[in-house]
Amino acid sequence: MAQPQTLFDKIWQSHLVEVQDDGINLLYIDRHLLHEVLSPQAFEGLRLAGRKVRRPDATLAVADHNVPTTDRRLGIADPESRLQVETLSLNCEEFGVPIFDMLDPRQGIVHVIGPEQGFTLPGTTVVCCDSHTATHGAFGALAFGIGTSEGEHVLATQTLRTSQPKNMRVLVDDPLPPGCTGKDLILAIIGQLGTAGGTGYIIEYAGRAFRDLSMEGRMTVSNMTIEAGARAGLMEPDEKTFAYLKGRPMAPQGAQWEAAVAYWKTLKSDAGAVYDHEVRMDAANITPQVTWGTSPEDVVPITGVVPDPQDAPTEAKRTSMRRALDYMGLVPGTKMTDIPVDNVFIGSCTNSRIEDLRAAADIVRGKTVASHVEAMVSPGSTLIKQQAEAEGLDKIFIAAGFQWRESGCSMCLGMNPDRVAPGKRCASTSNRNFEGRQGRDARTHLVSPAMAAAAAITGRLTDVRELAG
Amino acid sequence: MEKFIKLSGVAAPMDMINIDTDMIIPKLHLRTIKRTGLGKVVFDELRFHTDGSEKPEFILNREPYRGANILVAGDNFGCGSSREHAPWALLDFGIRCIISTSFADIFYNNCFKNGILPITVSQEELDVLMADASNPENPVLTVDLEAMEITRPQGSTIGFRLDNFRRDCLLNGLDDIGLTLQKVDKIDAFEAAQRQQQPWLYPSAV
Repeated sequence: MAQPQTLFDKIWQSHLVEVQDDGINLLYIDRHLLHEVLSPQAFEGLRLAGRKVRRPDATLAVADHNVPTTDRRLGIADPESRLQVETLSLNCEEFGVPIFDMLDPRQGIVHVIGPEQGFTLPGTTVVCCDSHTATHGAFGALAFGIGTSEGEHVLATQTLRTSQPKNMRVLVDDPLPPGCTGKDLILAIIGQLGTAGGTGYIIEYAGRAFRDLSMEGRMTVSNMTIEAGARAGLMEPDEKTFAYLKGRPMAPQGAQWEAAVAYWKTLKSDAGAVYDHEVRMDAANITPQVTWGTSPEDVVPITGVVPDPQDAPTEAKRTSMRRALDYMGLVPGTKMTDIPVDNVFIGSCTNSRIEDLRAAADIVRGKTVASHVEAMVSPGSTLIKQQAEAEGLDKIFIAAGFQWRESGCSMCLGMNPDRVAPGKRCASTSNRNFEGRQGRDARTHLVSPAMAAAAAITGRLTDVRELAG
Repeated sequence: MEKFIKLSGVAAPMDMINIDTDMIIPKLHLRTIKRTGLGKVVFDELRFHTDGSEKPEFILNREPYRGANILVAGDNFGCGSSREHAPWALLDFGIRCIISTSFADIFYNNCFKNGILPITVSQEELDVLMADASNPENPVLTVDLEAMEITRPQGSTIGFRLDNFRRDCLLNGLDDIGLTLQKVDKIDAFEAAQRQQQPWLYPSAV
């Protein structure tokens, strides 16, 4: 009998073009996503070397990082941002790569539109010059971020030179408690593993807590895998996966669909398959999570307090915590729910999908944003925005005092004009609370969409379970 | 890509863990379509006040570290985004080698595409090198990739390891796209087989 294999083993081995004597693998790449920020230098490299894009049909580009979330017909005011977006369009035209430009009705955040269009498929290898490519692992695709030089290599050769990562399984086999979402689950996992805990690994998520999640929730979990240091997250595709993909414009159709699903059903880790590392957690112990510091591992339950550096195990960690507290303007022992916020951001490739918007709207409905809070929603794609509007969610947000914007990366990293002002504090559904991430000297607390909505209403970090009742 | 064989230069101590890519190169500087010119803004928010004046306490604003070619940094260097602007900015400043106890995976790969050598050492070795770099009188380290060793200011050495492929690419300044294109027959064959088995991955052919 054949050696039991993990899902990762199966995908990896089915994409090996060559294994070199020195252990470097030439890995075939099925799907390559591009955005305007990390691709210009890759195209420039091709141009200088006189090379072509090997498979434009396996490549898809979209403008998302720099695009304004206000009226786009007015164009982009910032000349550098405008040049980058225009350069993407010109490069795609020159090299024959399909693109959704800023005004395309299919435009959106690259990691939202890949699945939405059915470009992301189970069993494939997916890359993008963007660390949150991990998102696509929710579909049973091996998906990871690469640098621009590696992106140029994929454009030219449709392959990557890489060494095989190690394989970790995170098993959470009980149901999530009420009020907890995929975001709380992944924040709790990052809190346990640490931001470097997954370095050198891909992480397969297994067990009921993940199976119970919708595809949107699974994408949120897989998306933040990189925040634990692992380049890719991976989940077994199942009936939810197939139902999500069926009928999507770029998904297989007709007889091809049947053949594809038959193959996708084989994409499971075999019983007895061996992992390099295993972690087990209990979902029952998870409460809604919130970050207090400047690294995604700086996470506590919303019922907790700002931790004390004195309790940290190493001097390096104590120093790092003191720096984070200073940056965040927080004092150890402060109850998390006593921390006021100035901004609320609902959006980003982590939490901007229809389910996220519905969850936030459920909290907001009939209530009003606190007078000192500036709150905004940026849906993950133009199609999601339309769907939300068809469901009347936009009216709920607007009536409460939220700004209802166009789709893009927006305030997650503030490359466009959407930024948190210096010293201001933001409850954000995004993925990184690094120093300066949402704006210079801006202070970020990462939370789920429902928790962000709750903070907007009360004007402070809030346990959503108090409002949801 | 410039070869990396041997480097002797000032090593700057950055005794912080989790130095992320947003610190190395804040997002506003990602709005470029070039690889060059980012050295003047590397570590922008750590290095400069909002009015553009230098923060005198930041290590790269102090002598002799203004001319540093090597960084000695805390654990998990380069975590966060995949932005290759991080190594481009470091390189443009003059940094050719970074020494830490661990690096984020994507950043680590990006270094090798740009002629930068990231060296992983043990915590004990890092402590020693951090102390060496922190002595402004003589913070000079010599990194020899052929011998795979770091020579400390007083002459003793610390060995390190690196896989052969990456070492060869750095030593020879190789363009790995050119190397891979020599294997185009194998890529063609892979695609032909995959197209048979999973035709839905080839939309133009369906």
